[in-house]
Amino acid sequence: MNYLNETIDSLHEKLANKEITSKDLTQDTLKTINDSEDTYNAFVTVNKDAVKDAEKVDADGIKGSLSGIPIAIKDNILTDGLLTTASSKILSNFMPVYSATVVEKLKAAGAINAGKTNLDEFAMGSSTETSYYGTSHNAWDTTKVPGGSSGGSAAAVANGDVVAALGTDTGGSIRQPSAFNGIFGIKPTYGRVSRWGVIAFASSLDQVGVMSKRVEDSATVLSTIAGHDDHDSTSSNKEVPDYRANLNKDMTGIKIAVPKEFWHEGTNPELLKQIDATIETYKKLGATVEEVSLPTLKHAVEVYYVIASSEASSNLQRYDGVRYGFRAKDVKNIKELFVNSRSEGFGDEVKRRIMLGTFALSAGAYDAYFKKAAEVRTLFINEMSAVLDKYDLIAGPSTTTTAFGIGDKIDDPLAMYMNDILTIPANLAGLPAASVPAGLADGMPVGLQLIAKPFDEQTIFNAAYALQEENKFYEKIPTSLKGED
Amino acid sequence: MISKDEILHVAELANLKFKEDEVDSFVDQLGRIVEMEGNLSSVDTTGVEPTYNMGDTSTVFRADEGIHTQTREQMLENVPEVEDNLIKVPTIVAKEEDE
Amino acid sequence: MNFETTIGLEVHVELKTKSKMFSPSPVAYGAESNVNTNVIDFGFPGVLPSVNKEGYRLGVMVALALNAQIEEHTHFDRKNYFYPDNPKAYQLTQHEKPLAHDGYIEIEVDGKKSKVGIEELHVEEDAGKNTHGNSGYSYVDLNRQGTPLIEIVSKADMHSPEEAYAYLEKLRQIVQFTGASDVKMEEGSMRVDTNISISPAGSDTYGTKVELKNLNSFNFVRLGLAYEEKRQAAIIKNGGTIGQETRRFDEKSGETVLMRVKSGADDYRYFPEPDLPKFSIDPSWIKQIKDELPEPAHERRVRYINELGIPEYDAGVLTDTKEMSDFFDATVDFGANPKLVSNWLMGEVNGYLNEKKLGLLETKLTPENLATMIKLISDGTISSKIAKKVFQETISNGTEPEGWVKEKGLVQESDPAVLKPMIMDILDNNQQSIDDFKNGKDRAVGFLIGQIMKQTHGQANPKVVNKILMEELNSR
Ligand SMILES: [Mg+2]
Ligand SMILES: [Zn+2]
Repeated sequence: MNYLNETIDSLHEKLANKEITSKDLTQDTLKTINDSEDTYNAFVTVNKDAVKDAEKVDADGIKGSLSGIPIAIKDNILTDGLLTTASSKILSNFMPVYSATVVEKLKAAGAINAGKTNLDEFAMGSSTETSYYGTSHNAWDTTKVPGGSSGGSAAAVANGDVVAALGTDTGGSIRQPSAFNGIFGIKPTYGRVSRWGVIAFASSLDQVGVMSKRVEDSATVLSTIAGHDDHDSTSSNKEVPDYRANLNKDMTGIKIAVPKEFWHEGTNPELLKQIDATIETYKKLGATVEEVSLPTLKHAVEVYYVIASSEASSNLQRYDGVRYGFRAKDVKNIKELFVNSRSEGFGDEVKRRIMLGTFALSAGAYDAYFKKAAEVRTLFINEMSAVLDKYDLIAGPSTTTTAFGIGDKIDDPLAMYMNDILTIPANLAGLPAASVPAGLADGMPVGLQLIAKPFDEQTIFNAAYALQEENKFYEKIPTSLKGED
Repeated sequence: MISKDEILHVAELANLKFKEDEVDSFVDQLGRIVEMEGNLSSVDTTGVEPTYNMGDTSTVFRADEGIHTQTREQMLENVPEVEDNLIKVPTIVAKEEDE
Repeated sequence: MNFETTIGLEVHVELKTKSKMFSPSPVAYGAESNVNTNVIDFGFPGVLPSVNKEGYRLGVMVALALNAQIEEHTHFDRKNYFYPDNPKAYQLTQHEKPLAHDGYIEIEVDGKKSKVGIEELHVEEDAGKNTHGNSGYSYVDLNRQGTPLIEIVSKADMHSPEEAYAYLEKLRQIVQFTGASDVKMEEGSMRVDTNISISPAGSDTYGTKVELKNLNSFNFVRLGLAYEEKRQAAIIKNGGTIGQETRRFDEKSGETVLMRVKSGADDYRYFPEPDLPKFSIDPSWIKQIKDELPEPAHERRVRYINELGIPEYDAGVLTDTKEMSDFFDATVDFGANPKLVSNWLMGEVNGYLNEKKLGLLETKLTPENLATMIKLISDGTISSKIAKKVFQETISNGTEPEGWVKEKGLVQESDPAVLKPMIMDILDNNQQSIDDFKNGKDRAVGFLIGQIMKQTHGQANPKVVNKILMEELNSR
């Protein structure tokens, strides 16, 4: 079966009424995934134990709303006993002996792990083209990238493999692929979700989030995975709301800021047209919209690439061939083991970021690059929070273009980095942000980005739900799937 | 800009090696990225505190209880070469670092 | 040419906690390879650190004992370097904002007192251990990885190897009396690195610093520094220059050996650990730790002298180690006479420890048993001769003395009502001895006492016997 017309609620009803069992659902899911893998390459590993897990849930009885429902998990999130690679050769043989907290929480809620989705190597990229396992494909045009780094999760949801998938977002890795594939994707506030067991890219920017066709499904999953975790000292103690139960599409009195810098000169005009239309929709629904300015936005990419690469250079030092993962052959001494394992095990983009970060932290460069970027980050955080003091939401496009062709940008890292300009702000400031389907431009999906105050995910869900109920974008079938049934 | 010597020094710190032609393209690519990042110098940050830590927590301590969360067998499962429950590696030449 | 020596010391001390500094794995010396490890200690993908409160508390305790100022606002930093015993390829430490700064220790060399400044103290994690095989392989054990350490960095305030030695002795004593660490060089719970430079007397610039590492005892520190003083002076006298280098002390030759030449500064790319929040150390917590600081050695010594009447020298010996001092206090607490306790500890007990090559806590002797035994002597229940037997029994087997002497019939007979009839009887049967005594032959007394002892199987209290006997002899 295909999930294009299903939601967590509709599946839960069928399971609770015993119209279907979790075992049926899971077997169908694995079959759907296997049938579509040739086209999309959305998964690195399919969970062969999923059916067994489903049988156990059936035996225990269907309980909460996620009970018995298959969910896909990005392959940089550790799953005990199931290969976890971060789409890197250096972890291509890595078998976790513990699970991420988000995985434990999903399991406790009875969700079934369907499999591990493809990503850019170590989540470094915007297209999944840097994956050791090859690129994934966009559900709307398989010659195009699904975006990244959570491109596999986006493609899996968009083509109906699963109702929802976990992603991670360091600079836009949930929102950009969600926009590219016409689905909803949310990156929560920094500290809302535990990072324990999530393979670190940039520790002060990384967050786990959710991607789904329907806003309400992400709301259900986020309530399940969020919350304090003793394993993660940066995870918040704030209570987790029931986002699904609290969904409210009334936009009356909601104040929306639109930063003029988000209407970037280089941005695709067809895309902007769709975004402008959604802004009009919000006005019609009773929201007030005002233009604001974020002057420091022009430095956001610079700040981001310094900080993200610096933290990454340190986080990825542990991949040295000693304790796990790929170990180079025929080495004479320990230094050669380090150098060869890393040089053979990492792909080009990862090496580039490690080099950049190592440089930015090195003795002569630290003050001018790393420290400077951290200071400009403060300025930027202050700028964002000044706007959010007055407004409930910041809105604008999620991306400057729709999905680009596979191979189009991979040789120009700088152009690739510039793609992230609109998604980076929320990560730098630790704010919750989502991409909501806003329409099509030249036949490809466009995403509206919504950013809210810290821990105000509910307002994002509400606004996204309001737009979804207006444009019913979820009824649109991705081009690559048309005529298949 | 960033020189070839700097690139090689950084590669040494990062324990990475590159082929000769790769080094040249890195000099070019990293040079351009570092130049882009260098734009930060135009921002006045006088008196601005850097932000290194995110999140809304502070001073988080753990209670001192010694517990085993994995078995030794689990820990050694992924190790490429094991001998007598030790991680086997090629010769360590000389310890250059310390705590 | 005369030279001035400048010495600085970096001392690493393992803190006595149940778990590691940033992971809940147990801390235990001498465990089986890799048994006390988890995914954090192995630096697995996805792991995050969490800070051990007790580790931090012990660090604050040591800092306070060293008169240092505690930093209220602090954070942890990553020190990046690759090594097989350093699984994350970074060590968590406090680089920018150490736990404490500006402390001092008072030392005394040849009767001359001086202060050595403490630059800073920070908490950090220990590395694992590498061992080297012969066939082209090395081996890594990560049990020690993550053990809490406090690094104590002195100011370059020492000017002779003897001062460095005195500093280490004093530092060890101070840390040991806080109870924060075992400070055992032989088990690696205390480790010393030094740096030394010399410059011509009166010069206002320091010479080039040479680092000395892998020093396995305080004595090797002293010998290594003394060797360096001479080596460096000879080079300068010959017109040479001192290289910026790291050397180790070779225990066999007594010389220092070059390990590596330092080419510029190391680049550890320190930066604040983003996986941990910032820390604000509550002043009321610091005050509480200060209030609960165990009594330090010098205060105990003064108390022993002034309140317990222990001679100065003895008080010094008793406070040499925390073990001994704690044992003394505990024994006195059980009601034993302090002076007698001190005599026993310094005499028989130390003699036994030296003979058996044991530490005080490795024997079966308990403060309670020692106190009981001393009371049995004081109240005349046992003779000092019997006491030696009792001591051997209780220190070897942990036997409770009072019950044991009764059971073995070793209790002394001191009751005149029992002894007097026996003495009368013996005198009645030994008229010759009484005559001898009257004629001034003292030998006779000895003979009579011998008779009494024989009859009581040696358990008659000699003092009481002597008293009754003399009274009787003089009255006959
Ligand atoms: Mg040091
Ligand atoms: Zn240290």
